[in-house]
Amino acid sequence: MMIESAFYQALWPALFKGFKLSLALILPSAAGGLVLGVLVGLIRGTEQPRWLFRPCQAYVSLFRGTALAVQLFICYYGLPELGLLLKPLCLEFGLPEWLWRLCYPSAYGASVLVFILCSGAYQSEYIRGAILSIKRGQFLAARALGFSRWQSFSAVILPQALRLAWPGCSNEVIYLIKYSSLAYLLSARELTGAAFSVGSFHFRYTESFFCAALFYLSLVSLATWLFSRLERAWAVPGFGRS
Amino acid sequence: MPVLEARHISKSLGGKLIVDDVSLTLDQGELKVLIGPSGGGKSTLLQCIHYLHRPDQGEVLLEGRSAAEMGRRNICAFRQEIGMIFQDFNLFDHLSAENNVAVALRKVKKFSTRAALERARAELARVGLADKARLYPAELSGGQKQRVSIARALAMDPKVMLLDEPTSALDPELIGEVLNVIADLAQGGMTMLMATHQIGFARRLTNEILFMEKGRLTERGSPAELLAPGSNSRAAEFCAKLAQLMGRE
Ligand SMILES: Nc1ncnc2c1ncn2[C@@H]1O[C@H](COP(=O)(O)OP(=O)(O)OP(=O)(O)O)[C@@H](O)[C@H]1O
Ligand SMILES: [Mg+2]
Repeated sequence: MMIESAFYQALWPALFKGFKLSLALILPSAAGGLVLGVLVGLIRGTEQPRWLFRPCQAYVSLFRGTALAVQLFICYYGLPELGLLLKPLCLEFGLPEWLWRLCYPSAYGASVLVFILCSGAYQSEYIRGAILSIKRGQFLAARALGFSRWQSFSAVILPQALRLAWPGCSNEVIYLIKYSSLAYLLSARELTGAAFSVGSFHFRYTESFFCAALFYLSLVSLATWLFSRLERAWAVPGFGRS
Repeated sequence: MPVLEARHISKSLGGKLIVDDVSLTLDQGELKVLIGPSGGGKSTLLQCIHYLHRPDQGEVLLEGRSAAEMGRRNICAFRQEIGMIFQDFNLFDHLSAENNVAVALRKVKKFSTRAALERARAELARVGLADKARLYPAELSGGQKQRVSIARALAMDPKVMLLDEPTSALDPELIGEVLNVIADLAQGGMTMLMATHQIGFARRLTNEILFMEKGRLTERGSPAELLAPGSNSRAAEFCAKLAQLMGRE
């Protein structure tokens, strides 16, 4: 009985701490991924501005086409090698210090960066698809009323694209909640990492991962509820059903 | 001085000459009607006049000012002064009728939200839709949608209206309500250029019909001279064919 409570006394605080770090990974990654996805999706869906179209396509195929764990390792272990090159250059030419410091990310920093880039690539797919399904005539009508190109995007295309893409985008955030566990590969002590270390210390993996699963489950449920509320709040009669 | 003048407009799309050296003028309060077979380039011509397609050659003058040398910003201002009505309405699907009208006032004319909504409701009332202001496009009939799009264009205080087959996508029983609005506008002195297949309507309201075929304006004249039986014009032939297709007009 003593051992029993010692295990749980160690587990819960560790999991809560891990959960906080998980949240700190997920929230900025979800927000950043959404913003990046909208920007990239706009560029890919409208092919405007032209010169950014190909780079965006390349970025998306790169991040959709490689394993997330590999991206994490490349960012965490590969960037410092770039830093070795950059640092002397920065010193030589008086470039700002943060430029090479960026190349030595913490496990946390590298994870958030990769999650944003990866999530942004997937989000842009949903946004692009939504934009392609909006009738071109509406863009023409906006231009005919004297909207600038940017105004037509922001006032006409984007509000519709977001509504159409929302189910897909929220799904991607749900995935992100779960793949944030991969930050543990870079030894970030988020939820999964915490469960693993307590589990291995006490040799009780099943229970500690089961408890970690409960955390993920409640977070996903909360997010699902929130997204469907937003979807209802933004609903427009008869929109997106044709 | 004409309100709107198009000089020698030409436009190629996809390597094909779609509009071929077209010139026309619209005087204050005048309604001209553009007719012609499908694929003749009517829509493309209207969009060139509006600079939605930049003409390859020629220029458009609005009250004597040429759009040819305008930069992007001024082209947007130029477009504001010309209203455009599309065959398939092109309402913004995510906005209610009143916001469809108000959004351009807010974004382009920088009205406050309140002033924009007030103006929008007034314009909707003008086209007989005061009671539909809160409805969304999916909740409106085709005729109502087209009237909203007319209200949306009118709210910008355009000097000219271009109408591209405004009733072609409508069920026959809904055509009348839209034509009535357009007739009211004509009576109110709005300057308009309208592509249409509604020959009977055109005949009643216009002094000049322009016949467009294969990118060129091949015939022009008053309905009386152009469409008179035995006038032997291509326009008369085309109208006879239309009448045959549609039954009696
Ligand atoms: N973006 C484009 N690229 C290539 N060809 C085009 C393009 N837009 C229109 N066309 C062609 O231009 C021709 C004229 O089209 P337009 O829509 O102007 O004719 P229209 O007189 O308005 O016909 P309708 O009565 O069917 O509306 C058509 O043959 C069409 O296929
Ligand atoms: Mg047409």
